Amino acid sequence: MKCKEGTAVLIIRVNDAFCRSCFKEYFIHKFRAMLGKNRVIFPQEKVLLAVSGGTASCSMLSQVQEGLSREAPKKLRFVPGIIYIDDGGACGRSAEERQRSNALLKSIFTETGFTYFIVSLEQVFSLPTSVLVPGTSDPDPSNPSYKQAVDQYIKEKQTLTEENVASAVAQLNIEDSAYSPEHKLALERLFSSMKTLTAKEDMLQTLRSHLILHIARENGYSKVMMGDSCSRLAVKLLSNIALGRGAALASDTGFSDPRYGDVVIVRPMRDYSSKEIAFYSRMFNVPSVFISGLDTKTHDKASIQRLTESFVTNLQFDFPSTVSTIYRTSEKLHTVMPPQSQTAEPASKCLLCLCTLDTKVGRLYLICLFFHFSELYFRLPSHQDLKTLLCYSCRLTIKDMVSLRKAQNSWVQSLRVLHSSNSFWYVVDDMASQQCPAVSHVMSYKTVFFHLFL
Amino acid sequence: MVTSMRRSFNATLKCQPEMFPRVRKRGGAELLFDGVKNHHVTLPGQSDPWDMKQLLAWIRGNMLKERPELFMQGDTVRPGILVLINDADWELMGELEYQLQDQDNIVFISTLHGG
Repeated sequence: MKCKEGTAVLIIRVNDAFCRSCFKEYFIHKFRAMLGKNRVIFPQEKVLLAVSGGTASCSMLSQVQEGLSREAPKKLRFVPGIIYIDDGGACGRSAEERQRSNALLKSIFTETGFTYFIVSLEQVFSLPTSVLVPGTSDPDPSNPSYKQAVDQYIKEKQTLTEENVASAVAQLNIEDSAYSPEHKLALERLFSSMKTLTAKEDMLQTLRSHLILHIARENGYSKVMMGDSCSRLAVKLLSNIALGRGAALASDTGFSDPRYGDVVIVRPMRDYSSKEIAFYSRMFNVPSVFISGLDTKTHDKASIQRLTESFVTNLQFDFPSTVSTIYRTSEKLHTVMPPQSQTAEPASKCLLCLCTLDTKVGRLYLICLFFHFSELYFRLPSHQDLKTLLCYSCRLTIKDMVSLRKAQNSWVQSLRVLHSSNSFWYVVDDMASQQCPAVSHVMSYKTVFFHLFL
Repeated sequence: MVTSMRRSFNATLKCQPEMFPRVRKRGGAELLFDGVKNHHVTLPGQSDPWDMKQLLAWIRGNMLKERPELFMQGDTVRPGILVLINDADWELMGELEYQLQDQDNIVFISTLHGG
């Protein structure tokens, strides 16, 4: 053991034994090293911490608190906010359960003193269409490099008083857990219209991301920190391949995810195994709240994600280097950028997950017809065919939905989604041969999900 | 103080192997144990000291209310469930061979689907 003084309380990997204080130091150091190595968070930048209530995200929160409290110059330098998405409506939790967990989390967040947002997933139906459009990330030539920014901050810090910093942080906390019955019903119907748990989990992830993105944009947060651990990311990597998201692996599992343009997702916990996080939480009393999710108490084969998790966890048991091998492999993944030219158009993005499209022209054209009901195509240049709206994986998720409600437009009144996928395409083919009326009014984000799929 | 994660539970057992068999249980456990986190149990006395393997078998037989496959796999705990004996990793204590002592504090933490 490293220090040879204290009593070993924990073994990490195969032979690394730690005593309590060494482990704490190791844990804290890893977090700082991860942020320091990647250098994407600039001083005074507003960073939103996405907390789900689980131990990984709560440990991340406690690390941020710890980092902000240290003496300069080693102090963390960003301005944090916290967001929690209450997805009880999608997971079938009762209103009392949701209120109870919201209250517990609120007390945890209030303790930290950071601005927090508690938002229910039902709010996703009141988002504007702009959330489906990636923001610009063109670098401003006047923006300094990371080192310059830090040096500048240290010079200016002499004049910054505690009060200035406090007033910058103190904003109105938002607890927007109220939702209309209409939205609640819409959410329930959206999720019950999906046959498989795989599609539900995928859709939940998408909706959650949209909501977090919107809150971040609205409140001026340029970074969002997620609490994905190493083990979780290893599972996510393999299950994303199985889901058809291979093209977006680098951004789904890497340290930073720049797909949204103006808001960058970072994953500072990606170096921690779930064992380290669990031990840290337990030993140092990190407050967290257990909230059951979509796959709580489901059997191993309930969804692709669950199956992958069970596979990786069982393999890890016999071969302790499994997770770290997958993690190291994921670190080597990079997204290849196409050569830029002055006249080149920006790469098309998937409508739902906003990753760069990986599909070619083909059957996708047919499903795009459904989107005639929304004005979403308004953002595409008119000469571009409506073929490239969804990536392969999102297409599969949408295809999993059982029924389409009759839309107001008479052109679709006779449309029914039939059970077998073959029949589905025949019906759509039939529709495609008819002339599609143009849509003249702008419809909201809500319309995409509410009218199209419910 | 216990922490718990999605589809998991965290039960603190205080085991008191006493001379005279007396099983006493306070509360239940989370999810698989009827939602209660803390258990205070007394194991029946026997000639050989209790070890973890026997304890797990006893838990499966006496405390686990549902879905045993989510807690145990064969003789040991399911992969993904951590076991702490007196706040130390059970791998340092010999895992299943560890012999229980009076007032030992055993904690099970599931790491599957933690946020």
